[in-house]
Amino acid sequence: MNAASAMPAGDLNRGNPSTGRAVRIAVRNLNFYYGAFHGLKNVDIDFYDRQVTALIGPSGCGKSTLLRTFNRIYSLYPEQRAEGEILLDGKNVLDPNLDLNELRSRIGMVFQKPTPFPMSIYDNVAFGLRLYEKLPKSELDGRVEESLRKSALWDEVKDKLKQPGTGLSGGQQQRLCIARTVAQKPEVILFDEPTSALDPISTGRIEELMEQLRDEFTIVIVTHNMQQAARISQYTAFMYLGELVEFGQTDRIFMNPTERRTQDYITGRFG
Amino acid sequence: MPALTQSIALAEQRSAVRKGPSRGLDAVFRGCSYAAAILVLLVLAGILGSIIYGGWPAFQEFGFGFLTSSAWNIGTEQYGALVAVLGTVASAVLALLIGVPVSLGIAIFLTQLCPGWARKPVAMTIELLAAVPSIIYGMWGLFVFAPLFARFVQIPVSNLVEGMPILGTLLYARVPSGVGIFTAGIILAIMIVPFIASIARDMLEQIPTVLRESAYGIGCTTWEVVRHVLVPQAAVSIIGAIMLGLGRALGETMAVTFVVGNANRLSASIFDPSSTIASRIANEFNEADGLQLNALMALGCILFVITFIVLIIARLLTRRVRAA
Amino acid sequence: MDAANTLATLQTRESRVRPGRRIADRLLKVSCLMATVVGAIVLGSILLMLIIQGVRGFSPNLFTQPTPGPGSEGGGIANAILGSLILTTIGIVVATPIGVMAGTYLAEYGRHSKLADVIRFLNDILLSAPSILIGLFVYTLMVRPMGTYSGWAGGVALAIIAVPVIVRTTEDMLRLVPGTLREAGAALGAPPSIVITSVTWRAASAGIVTGIILALARIAGETAPLLFTALNNNSWFSSDLMGGVANLPVMIYQFALSPYPNWQGLAWAGALLITGTILALSIVARLVIKPQRAR
Repeated sequence: MNAASAMPAGDLNRGNPSTGRAVRIAVRNLNFYYGAFHGLKNVDIDFYDRQVTALIGPSGCGKSTLLRTFNRIYSLYPEQRAEGEILLDGKNVLDPNLDLNELRSRIGMVFQKPTPFPMSIYDNVAFGLRLYEKLPKSELDGRVEESLRKSALWDEVKDKLKQPGTGLSGGQQQRLCIARTVAQKPEVILFDEPTSALDPISTGRIEELMEQLRDEFTIVIVTHNMQQAARISQYTAFMYLGELVEFGQTDRIFMNPTERRTQDYITGRFG
Repeated sequence: MPALTQSIALAEQRSAVRKGPSRGLDAVFRGCSYAAAILVLLVLAGILGSIIYGGWPAFQEFGFGFLTSSAWNIGTEQYGALVAVLGTVASAVLALLIGVPVSLGIAIFLTQLCPGWARKPVAMTIELLAAVPSIIYGMWGLFVFAPLFARFVQIPVSNLVEGMPILGTLLYARVPSGVGIFTAGIILAIMIVPFIASIARDMLEQIPTVLRESAYGIGCTTWEVVRHVLVPQAAVSIIGAIMLGLGRALGETMAVTFVVGNANRLSASIFDPSSTIASRIANEFNEADGLQLNALMALGCILFVITFIVLIIARLLTRRVRAA
Repeated sequence: MDAANTLATLQTRESRVRPGRRIADRLLKVSCLMATVVGAIVLGSILLMLIIQGVRGFSPNLFTQPTPGPGSEGGGIANAILGSLILTTIGIVVATPIGVMAGTYLAEYGRHSKLADVIRFLNDILLSAPSILIGLFVYTLMVRPMGTYSGWAGGVALAIIAVPVIVRTTEDMLRLVPGTLREAGAALGAPPSIVITSVTWRAASAGIVTGIILALARIAGETAPLLFTALNNNSWFSSDLMGGVANLPVMIYQFALSPYPNWQGLAWAGALLITGTILALSIVARLVIKPQRAR
């Protein structure tokens, strides 16, 4: 609580005076290590409630690493560790006593390659729901439908809910994964290059979807594609060699970057 | 400030709703899998422990002499391991001498020469040979192979070498019945061929095609590609596969029991009946008690030591390649 | 002029392949083919022998009557078939949970632990350990203390042979499951046990089942460890598993080497039955694993 009360007032004003949005995730002095390799260096950044924040930068800059600290998915690998603070609604995510599973049910994640589980479409969506909520069948059906509708997949799959999720096309699989995440009603959804394995049409669909999801969820997306960042995000952070170089509203970052490196990257001079 | 209190309130409300799956169940599952893995360790320790425990009296009685004595006399309770150990090693070495070239031939045929359509059925045939139970090999060896072998190999060869120095002792069959160390070696060879061949095939297949193509590209013949490019590349793992085959040959029981002749006689001829450690245990264990039982357990100990050294070397060799 | 030149170069190039090289090449090709043909002939002659000798012994009695006494006529191998079914069932039922759980530990929990490396290594060794030593172990562990050969001891011995096979295939198959699937499971807040049981096991299920079938094929024909554990029994199978239990492999061993033609005939029939079953299991296992590879 200490950290929480010490942090916010200034921070809130710093990032976004115009809209006055609440800070959902506040990262403070975050360092990350892969064994001996220093992957993130003293990163400080805020993510605002119900906004899309894009993380951009050349390969290996640490943008995916940063994303993977929020739900501590990195802790599946013992050689990886993070130091510092990541405050989700004022509570430190890196607290070793935190219930990781509960944390991850509150922070959803969608991966680069679609990851449908080897089970039916219905069971895929219901997977996370069944873990945390004991719902009667009718209510479960309702939640599955609602999530599939929110992910713009319902019309395509409503007649084949019992068929395996692995039988869908790549774009459909990715939307199924989004539905699975949305079903849990998380507060934050992390997207790790969600469209890099998809064709342009599927990509467009998912971008539209993100626009709608923003009404309900705080979204952080890692992307290689600068046009995509410009299209869908309200905030953009540019990272380079494990450091946060520049962070601000997307329009400003793209139109008027203050850092030379940001400008070089955006104009395609490196990366 | 209001935004913050709001979000904290929200967080508390949310975390109240969520009740995760129990952690206890997770710990139980993990514990079970850990216990199962440890059990594998315990079984191996148990095997070693039980035969050392069983064989101890025999080692105490005969000391180091157990290894060097060729006696096996139930009446006078004099036991020694020499005949069985020599029989085991000789049959396994013969199996390698015969089986390795055949295995490599099959592996090379499958990877380099075989036309595409035949590859699957041929590979399947060879792999099915590995699935045939060893007792069937024993029956085949005793009832089909041994009579043919006695008639067409043992008798003519014995007649030919009779009286000759060295060859006369090495290849002379006193009783040309078709069974003996050499027959055991041949049956063992047939049994290990599918193992060695399939590992060697996998290793040859793993060699990048570029390497092969560039060798053919400078005008090498198939023989030269195999001899100078493929075999050196896969050598370590092929040796590992051969050691694996050796481990199997050393410990094989039923097939050998059928065809080795089960005699306790020290003979220099590979056509003569003899015993291996495994065949002797299989033959005598059920009727044995007292010191004889201990001596059989002690034989088991020796078999354990020999095969495990061979298998450890085999696994180290195949492992190193997998890592690289 | 030009044509003559090309011809000349061609001829010099031709002569570069010395006859020695060509002979070595031929020799290699022929001997490799021979090796493969020999392998096929051996398999063929084994099957031929089993069919010729085995079919002669086939009769309805085979499946309805117990093994006859020494020297007497008639009888079947029904008790041995039933006993083998029971022993292999005990073996596979005991081995499957242990093998799958141990394989799961190695693939999921123990990826970075030294202990898992040691267990993996020793499991590989156990995989090719002489089965007769396993018979000696179970004899010391169970037969000696209980004072009698028993079906339970036979089942345990077979289980010990099956476990390493299942551990190895389970681990290999789980390792083929992409890590992103595990991450996706964890990212939904599923604890490891649930990710494993409902995601990774499912993804690897075809491969794990194949491993179990292969283990079944391996133990169905095992003889050596049963000699000192289940032994044999010529009477009908009694309901408790204490005391010797008839089983096909030991029956085949004893009858094939007996002086009685009737017993020998039954041994051949049993041999055909068991080999046919095992080869069928091996083929099924290969068919099961196919869709897994394609995916």
